[in-house]
Amino acid sequence: MKKQSMKKFLSVTMTAFLLMAPAAMAAEDGGHQEVPSQSWSFDGPFGTFDRGALQRGFQIYSQVCSACHSMKYLSYRNLKALGYTEAEVKAIAGQYTTMDGPDDEGEMFERPMKPSDRFKAPYENEKQGRYANNGALPPDLSLITKARVGGADYVYGILTGYEEAPEGVDLAAGQHYNKVMPGHKIAMAPPLSDDIVAYEDDTETTKEQYARDVAQFLTWAAEPEMEHRKRMGIKVILFLLVFAGIMYKVKKKIWADVKH
Amino acid sequence: MAGGPRTKFDNPVVEWVDSRLPVFTLMQKEYGVFPTPKNFNYFWNFGAIAMVMLIVMIVTGITLAMHYTPHADYAFESVERIMRDVNGGWLLRYLHANGASFFFIAVYIHIFRGMYYGSYKQPRELLWLMGVAIFLLMMATAFMGYVLPWGQMSFWGATVITNLFSAIPLVGDSIVTLLWGGFSVDNPTLNRFFALHYLLPFVIVGVVFLHVWALHVTGSNNPTGIEPKGTQDTLPFHPYYTMKDTFGLLVFLVVYAAYAFFAPNELGHPDNYIPANPLVTPSHIVPEWYFLPFYAILRAITFDIGIPFTDIVLIPAKLGGVLAMFGSIAMLFALPFIDKHPIRSARYRPWFRLALIGFVVVTFVLGVCGGKPAEGLWVPLAQVCTVYYFGFFLVLVPLFNKKEPVADLPPSINDAVLAKNNIYKKAAA
Repeated sequence: MKKQSMKKFLSVTMTAFLLMAPAAMAAEDGGHQEVPSQSWSFDGPFGTFDRGALQRGFQIYSQVCSACHSMKYLSYRNLKALGYTEAEVKAIAGQYTTMDGPDDEGEMFERPMKPSDRFKAPYENEKQGRYANNGALPPDLSLITKARVGGADYVYGILTGYEEAPEGVDLAAGQHYNKVMPGHKIAMAPPLSDDIVAYEDDTETTKEQYARDVAQFLTWAAEPEMEHRKRMGIKVILFLLVFAGIMYKVKKKIWADVKH
Repeated sequence: MAGGPRTKFDNPVVEWVDSRLPVFTLMQKEYGVFPTPKNFNYFWNFGAIAMVMLIVMIVTGITLAMHYTPHADYAFESVERIMRDVNGGWLLRYLHANGASFFFIAVYIHIFRGMYYGSYKQPRELLWLMGVAIFLLMMATAFMGYVLPWGQMSFWGATVITNLFSAIPLVGDSIVTLLWGGFSVDNPTLNRFFALHYLLPFVIVGVVFLHVWALHVTGSNNPTGIEPKGTQDTLPFHPYYTMKDTFGLLVFLVVYAAYAFFAPNELGHPDNYIPANPLVTPSHIVPEWYFLPFYAILRAITFDIGIPFTDIVLIPAKLGGVLAMFGSIAMLFALPFIDKHPIRSARYRPWFRLALIGFVVVTFVLGVCGGKPAEGLWVPLAQVCTVYYFGFFLVLVPLFNKKEPVADLPPSINDAVLAKNNIYKKAAA
């Protein structure tokens, strides 16, 4: 009897999961390249960010990527989540200047950036960005891991995926061959090579390490709420499971004397 | 609802209100002692689950609307503000985005339940029709909601779907211009979609009210499809089904929460995190997963329909696809009037049962086809499945009306339940 109702219940739940199948299959598609999968500290429901990697990744972004790529949805104040102090964030922001105004006399003026300012963009506007890059606009990186199939794996794959173009592949001027890029042709020159950025700690300064660090930083940038979200998710699901367990007992007790 | 003899309540405040407006009597009658067949299985949980999801969507949606800017230049950025700067904004948005998927999951299971156990049959035809109307309204609402973040898939999805209306002869182009509020998907489109996305859920609430009202007139169907014949067949709704529904709801919410908290973007498309750009078309435009079977039917019509051996085209492929897509929903509306077999539940209709399982499989396969590029073997596969989809309603079900044997039914729900219990007892012994 009880077994029967449990079995039915399971079959209904299975139906629910089956309904997801087409979605999952559809999501995998889209003419994208297979991206080799990496293991990350933020994988899984208990995953967290590695603060050291985030800070190193930010260093790579500021010293390499930010020459061409904006991150317009991030403010310097957000960097506190990487473990920087208030004073450090102020100092980081203060390295850059921005136009502000108009002041009381109606004049625009240049001032050092503050923690509340958005990350300094490399170009004034899209036209300037395209002009400086052979017509290709370097995409904003604030959401890049959410906007590409593969997320952090994709970023790592692109940064380490440069190869000699195989026989028969024609690259236009300013194009490079990348095995992870959809279509294999990418306008970005290989941005990383060994020992181009000096780390403050003894982390190795290889291209692969740089790519891993910046991929983690960009994942944080796209999902700064991730750790909070997962922690809350564990609590929510535990609560729901306990509540469901209690309700199962309640239901069984109430139905105990019903012949059904 | 009102009038009639009323039992007095002991609580003076309750009694004071109830004697002036008998809401407590109403609740007692409709949700307290309401006689409900005692043999429901867990498929009967999904109506209540869908109701809860509707409320979740409205509550999270209204709160999101407080922070969202419906303007082509600011919509994407305002969504990012919600995600990053609004307190709990990411939670609201992920609950809302995944809530849409889980609302559809609940409703799809609810619709399947209705088909399998013949809940659409006399006297519940109107109840069913209002249900399909809710489903249609949900599709419109979900489609417009997906446009609001103004990402690439929002923009191009809106372009593709609104363009479908241009297939309608004579007035098609005017309809599209009206939908767009201009000559392409642009700010006026976003504005009207936002207004309608806010309005339609309340229309859904209205139709849900009628749906539940009609349900309480006919009473619920049940897995045997036999009408309750007396008190031995039913139980009061409370506490038996309030408690059972709560348990089922909580299990459903566990799966929902698992997605919202641990894989919030799994059911979405990465391209929608790229701001809308009218100059760049994504390589592969796909709608949300819950539309994929219908999208596959739309794309399955790749040929013009005309008079054979002439060049006369009566229905161009595009119009044919649109007609097939809307026709696939129209089939659901027509179902109570197509199926005239005297037995309700598929439990006693082996032919119908097999055909319906085939229908479910085919719908899943169509869903997969809808997510793939319209090329290669996916096209003929979608076409074969489309033929079965319509064949189920237009050939198999009418055929079963006359040909499928009418099985002997148990005399009552109670008898069916007791007989089943005895079988288990014997098996256990």
